[in-house]
Amino acid sequence: MSIKIAGVGKRFGNFVALDKIDLDIATGELTALLGPSGGGKSTLLRIIAGLEVADSGSVQIQGVDATGLPAQKRNVGFVFQHYAAFRHLSVANNVGFGLKVRKRPRKEIAARVSELLDLVHLSQFADRLPAQLSGGQRQRMALARALAIEPSVLLLDEPFGALDANVRKELRAWLRRLHDEVHVTTVFVTHDQEEALDVADQIVVINQGRIEQVGPPDELYDHPTSEFVMSFLGPVTTLDGHLVRPHDLEIETHPFDNAYPGRIERFNRVGFEVRLDVRLAEDHEAPPVLVTLTRAEATAKALGLGVPVWLTPVTNASKVRISTAVPTSAISDNAVPQPSFW
Amino acid sequence: MHDTAAHRLTRWALRLIVVGYLFFLVIWPVALVAAKTFSNGLAPVINALRQPEVIFAFELTLSAAWWAVVINTIFGVGISLLLVRYTFPGRRALNAMVDVPLSVSPIVVGLALVLVYSGRTGWLGGGLERAGLQVIYAPPGIIMATAFVSMPLVIREIVPVLQEIGTEQEQAARSLGAPSLQTFGRITLPAIRWALLYGVVLSLARSLGEFGAVKIVSGGVAMRTQTATLLVEERYQQFGVVNSITAYTAAFILALIAVLALIIITSLRPSKGLTP
Repeated sequence: MSIKIAGVGKRFGNFVALDKIDLDIATGELTALLGPSGGGKSTLLRIIAGLEVADSGSVQIQGVDATGLPAQKRNVGFVFQHYAAFRHLSVANNVGFGLKVRKRPRKEIAARVSELLDLVHLSQFADRLPAQLSGGQRQRMALARALAIEPSVLLLDEPFGALDANVRKELRAWLRRLHDEVHVTTVFVTHDQEEALDVADQIVVINQGRIEQVGPPDELYDHPTSEFVMSFLGPVTTLDGHLVRPHDLEIETHPFDNAYPGRIERFNRVGFEVRLDVRLAEDHEAPPVLVTLTRAEATAKALGLGVPVWLTPVTNASKVRISTAVPTSAISDNAVPQPSFW
Repeated sequence: MHDTAAHRLTRWALRLIVVGYLFFLVIWPVALVAAKTFSNGLAPVINALRQPEVIFAFELTLSAAWWAVVINTIFGVGISLLLVRYTFPGRRALNAMVDVPLSVSPIVVGLALVLVYSGRTGWLGGGLERAGLQVIYAPPGIIMATAFVSMPLVIREIVPVLQEIGTEQEQAARSLGAPSLQTFGRITLPAIRWALLYGVVLSLARSLGEFGAVKIVSGGVAMRTQTATLLVEERYQQFGVVNSITAYTAAFILALIAVLALIIITSLRPSKGLTP
């Protein structure tokens, strides 16, 4: 294990940011800490880095107890959301900072810096000031700077949060490729489920200071163990007391086994996708069931506004039973609004 | 926007008002000091500058200003870091206290220092004097008074810059392995260097010109505790052309040093936007 977190707790006044967290992060993996804002994931990352002190528990980095070590002795690379570029230093001096502090010979620093600038495709900007770079370039510089010290672990706090959508997608594909090349144990914090699903080997879902679930992206998406994880990782709708994914529903214009009858109340086409609201015949009080399918399927089945339909979850659909204690509205309040991606 | 006649008129009127205001308040009076200084030619000026009292007064002023600036730089940076980087009980009170020297009359500052440090009547002064350190009517008192009145200038320049740069750069430096002192020297100090330099020059200019507080604590004895500003006052009140030329000469030089310092710093300081 590269990072071993045991019983880590942190309070800010009365607010419990982390509630006795236990977590192991394997060597060489790219792990995402995913969760809504204020859920404690950044605090956990900063505790690993030594930028924040835990109230309780311990942190081990590569077998060494780092709980009491100050940040400068942990050999951890940290990348900030807003780059934290040293504004008065050139790009090359930014990248070489950690080595200069370590009093490495000038020649060695120059060689390592130029190697890293190649890696992040910033060689031609070596003599510029950070202010003369774009946001994406600054973040790549910050990454090279963190990698320069050959960190035991690389920690990224919402690394793409300040960038616009296109650059964000580009950079996260690039981060994935970089990680496959460099293989340093990497942990990044994000509140964007798409980003986590796209890039990470392992996802740790954190909510209200607790770990909800840990696993590879597919497992979390297909087999969520809680309503929160289910609704945070993707779109959900309610059918027969369960949360299901709207694309995991089988819909026909004739009755079939175990199917619930209803009527299409809204028919909405968005690009290649068709979104339906189905009002169930049995339960008029319940909110309509959301069904999504491709446009081709909808056309083949002759679906349209007002058409009577029957629906049921497909076999192997991800399902989570809604606990009666928590009303569904509470879940949607907790969850970050679904991105337009779905 | 159209450059209509009305617009042009307003613009010219505004310029006239601003320039006129500055002229009558600053430029003309200061120019008159220069004119008075050289009213009898260069020879009396040079003679004035050769008087041992004048030389002594300027030496005392410069050394007091130097120490006051050194003290203000060290404590100014320290207090600024404390105010911006840490939360502690009494921080708001400290923040308000920093401005006291700007709002309280220097005379009051002088009296207050005498109350504490006077050898005969002060709270601390007696003990210090027995220990061999005379504060009031001596250079230490002059330095203290000067440092007191110019203290906010460094702090008020640095604090907004520290607030603007935030702590992320310092955290990044620490995570890259820099110990506190190196983080300060390599990251914090370069980030605030222009603000600090500007504060130091303002503080120097203010220190050279301090009069009220210094008059109370120094006693103004020629060749012992008389600073340049006190010398100007004394000579100005005496009769005779020599005395008044001496007063004007000293005043002119005081103004010249302050203005030069500001010009140098303004031309050195990069235009906003390039470097913070």
